[in-house]
Amino acid sequence: MILSYYPGCTLKTKAQDLDLYARKSAEVLGVTMEELEEWQCCGAVYPMASDEIATKLSAVRALENAKEKGQDLLTLCSACHHVIKRVNHDMQTNADMQMKVNNYLQLDEPYTGETKVVHYLEMLRDLVGFDKIKEKVVNPLKGKKIAAYYGCLLLRPSDVLQFDNPENPSIMEDFIRSIGATPVETPYRNECCGGYVSMENKKLAQKKVDLIISSAMEKGAEMIITACPLCMYNLDANSTEHKLPIVYFTELLAEALGVK
Amino acid sequence: MQKIGVFICHCGTNIAATVDVEAVTEAIKNEPGVVYAANYQYMCSENGQALIKNAIAEYGLTGVVVCSCSPRMHEATFRKAAQEAGLNPYMVEIANIREHCSWIHKDKVEATEKAIILARAAIAKVHLNAPLISGQSDVTKRALVIGGGIAGIQTALDIAEAGFEVDIVEKSPTIGGKMAQLDKTFPTLDCAACILTPKMVDAKSNDKITLYTYSEVESVKGFVGNFEVSIRKKARYVNTDLCTGCGECTTKCPSRKAKSEFNMGLMNRGAIYIPFAQAIPNVATIDPQYCIHMKTGKCGLCEKVCSAHAIDFKQQDEIVEQKYGAIVMATGFNLINLDQFDEFGYSKYPDVVTSLEFERLMNAAGPTEGTLLRPSNHEHPHTLVFVQCVGSRDTSGCGKPYCSKICCMYTAKHAMLVRDKYPDTEVYVFYIDVRTPGKNFDEFYRRAVEQYGVHYIKGMVGKVTDKDGKLIVQGSDLLENKQLKIEADMVVLAAAVEPDPSARSVASMLTASIDTNDFMTEAHAKLRPVESPTAGIFLSGMAQGPKDIPETVSQASACAAKVIGLLAKDHLVNNPCVAQSNELRCNGCSNCEKVCPYGAISYIEKEVNDHGVREVRRIAQVNEAVCQGCGACTVTCPSGAMDLKGFSTNQIMAEVDAICR
Amino acid sequence: MDKFLQEQILRMSGVNTRKCMKCGKCSGTCPAYDEMEYHPHQFVAMVESGDIDALMQSNSIWTCLSCFACVERCPRSVEPANLIEAVRLAVIRQQNANHLKAQEIPENLEEKLPQQAIVSAFRKYSK
Repeated sequence: MILSYYPGCTLKTKAQDLDLYARKSAEVLGVTMEELEEWQCCGAVYPMASDEIATKLSAVRALENAKEKGQDLLTLCSACHHVIKRVNHDMQTNADMQMKVNNYLQLDEPYTGETKVVHYLEMLRDLVGFDKIKEKVVNPLKGKKIAAYYGCLLLRPSDVLQFDNPENPSIMEDFIRSIGATPVETPYRNECCGGYVSMENKKLAQKKVDLIISSAMEKGAEMIITACPLCMYNLDANSTEHKLPIVYFTELLAEALGVK
Repeated sequence: MQKIGVFICHCGTNIAATVDVEAVTEAIKNEPGVVYAANYQYMCSENGQALIKNAIAEYGLTGVVVCSCSPRMHEATFRKAAQEAGLNPYMVEIANIREHCSWIHKDKVEATEKAIILARAAIAKVHLNAPLISGQSDVTKRALVIGGGIAGIQTALDIAEAGFEVDIVEKSPTIGGKMAQLDKTFPTLDCAACILTPKMVDAKSNDKITLYTYSEVESVKGFVGNFEVSIRKKARYVNTDLCTGCGECTTKCPSRKAKSEFNMGLMNRGAIYIPFAQAIPNVATIDPQYCIHMKTGKCGLCEKVCSAHAIDFKQQDEIVEQKYGAIVMATGFNLINLDQFDEFGYSKYPDVVTSLEFERLMNAAGPTEGTLLRPSNHEHPHTLVFVQCVGSRDTSGCGKPYCSKICCMYTAKHAMLVRDKYPDTEVYVFYIDVRTPGKNFDEFYRRAVEQYGVHYIKGMVGKVTDKDGKLIVQGSDLLENKQLKIEADMVVLAAAVEPDPSARSVASMLTASIDTNDFMTEAHAKLRPVESPTAGIFLSGMAQGPKDIPETVSQASACAAKVIGLLAKDHLVNNPCVAQSNELRCNGCSNCEKVCPYGAISYIEKEVNDHGVREVRRIAQVNEAVCQGCGACTVTCPSGAMDLKGFSTNQIMAEVDAICR
Repeated sequence: MDKFLQEQILRMSGVNTRKCMKCGKCSGTCPAYDEMEYHPHQFVAMVESGDIDALMQSNSIWTCLSCFACVERCPRSVEPANLIEAVRLAVIRQQNANHLKAQEIPENLEEKLPQQAIVSAFRKYSK
């Protein structure tokens, strides 16, 4: 199975672990991640205003490159996934956006949202299958109690992201089970950690992070996993009351598959 | 050549504001055959009708065209007026210049032009009209009520009271419906069981009423006055004639995995069970999905303990065929599934319950025998939060766009009962609007606030989480402009109501229309609220739309009155606009017979005289008493032999020609 | 009441404020509520009544976490977050009105701060 892969800037710098372990694990699972040759930063936030065109172009270029190769586009960072998936939805449904973007890009054939965007977790669930992962696990993380932190960007708005039940998701818990560990559900797993304001309103970010971590601890979690570099940083740097290890989910996957 | 009178209605300003009625009158005066044309403010009024009658007498009219509202509204009115003046009622045609013209256009010039064209089409049709004579059909003096909740029971009792036979078909093992599950009823707080169970007993003991419980309608044929229905009596694996309802089997049954439907899944029941102590009929039913004997051949304990020898593992479903003159839809409602509302934590927290579950938790016959306990730990709750409008008034696609109507009042009731029984509790109600239009309803709600100190908060809950065994309810208080985080022991969700899922399939069997929310459509929202547009089908209770018990009972009795009015007749006048087959054109292909939804067409061998050639052919024949004039056969017939009286192909082509002229 | 600004906000956000039934679920759900001067439901009401200036001056537009919880949970599909973003854009698209300036970045930098944080802050707070 070969997929085009969009890593995004953070995965090339501060979040190299997220990327590295994803690649190693994919190899074991028989998935080839072909990094796009000339990708640009997606912008990290989806521009909601209807008159924002230029800020969406880099996402369209990535989508177009995957289309040319006839491959699905694999994402890993939550923010990149959110931006690319939503821009793709615009390109499928918003005629005005389609026209303006294509007028600007002057492609051989207009891009109208043909590429399928797949997050790494969706790839594990839908293309590989959690049962297959179970078979490939060599170091099951037996007895480890892990809380999944979904955050906002993978789940909402659910009519576009179509990732999982936005209020009661299960994909990360199923993942945790597949590597032999025990999932711990916390009610704040889909509530915002305040990552966007971590630079300029630390107090607010700290409040949100403390709520998430204390709730996870109360439920008996020993660590928290995430797919988002910003959540990772925020949960780690801005917790004031308690500390829990915050880990990228791919790192645990690689550990279970014996390639860490 | 017909002598035609044309009458144009102003309908106050409904038509006259958009259509120049004088111009229409002038324009059609010169149409061929028109000998009289006039316009009047309200044609349907007595004076308007007199205008038609006088013109028929004075000008010897042979045809009448009324340019007015939809024929669904007043076609019958004008036909009756013409008949009183000695004209065959089927010589009257309506040109709909209101719904099809004035109401949907803004430009007066365009609308006037269109009204003239519609009038011309109707005139062209009248030229080809022929007098039609209605036939008659008998009325089977027996009614079927589908659904045995309070709506169905009340309708059946009233019909039986008038002396007619009536059958209730109920899909669960007992009648009683949702009302049997309720604790107290607003606004008077009398206990639901005390007022319902006597009615259930009445229904059982009334010799005019036959109960088919644990039964479903399998198929429906026929038409008003003459429905043929087959009812499937599902196998209970218990001989109901022998079963005494002692309940010995239900306590001994070792299979305890099935969730009690009556207790909303809050406790389990045996594989053999009686839904509740006051069930009617008070007999046991075996649930084959959970019965150990039926799955493995072992056990059979119920058979051993039954001193009446009522257990019959070999029992089969039984089909009952019965004829009815009228059918009542009383299929009721359910609360919506809350999978789309997990922000309230319903699937995660046992202490987050629906209102109907809460009824069981407060009910003396419920799983806690009427003591309110937190389902999670069976402890007394101190703080309760009620959330209204969960899934109601929701256009996001997760819920229902309508107001469920009953939640404001039952939530006030719940809040009041909790405070009354447990004065040590704090009770909060999150509301968007409190809607209490009903006799003594607002007074009731105010009593909850003023006398019982229930905290009403204008706002909505956004998320329910938990901490240290408490539920944390995060919601907005819009009046104080605050976000609240209430530590609660229980959260009660007033989930939206929806029609029972069976409504859709039953409605399609009855060819009765339903709306986008699967509620039954009325023949007229204001003037015929308890009848379906399909003749002989009547509506009772929640099947038609959200309503509380007082309203349901009123409507159930209204529905019964309509049914009685029908059953009191010995004959029904048929619609003469039925299909007829031209025997010389019929090629005997049977296509019409196959598409006829009423079974009105049969084939006979008949000698015909085709331009002097006499031969025996296989040709279609329409039973005019059964034909409902739907026209399916006319468009199916490949040889053009089938035609519809009053809507013949020639008449429709003449209308089209007139429009295109 | 600023008609021009109001129309601009409605056009940019694509929000139909008339769909709001004033239930307040957006504000019941908002994780940044306590830090905000005006809350999500007030954005909808104030844009509806054309009171845009007050929103543009308010700290609320910088406090919204863009978590989309209000969008997800609104029973009428009103999308308050889109309105907040439109007001924010109406501010930073003015000359010299950037909320975050490039020269402020170094003092905020931390060893572990991911690039994503800086990029997104720039996208949201400056033009």
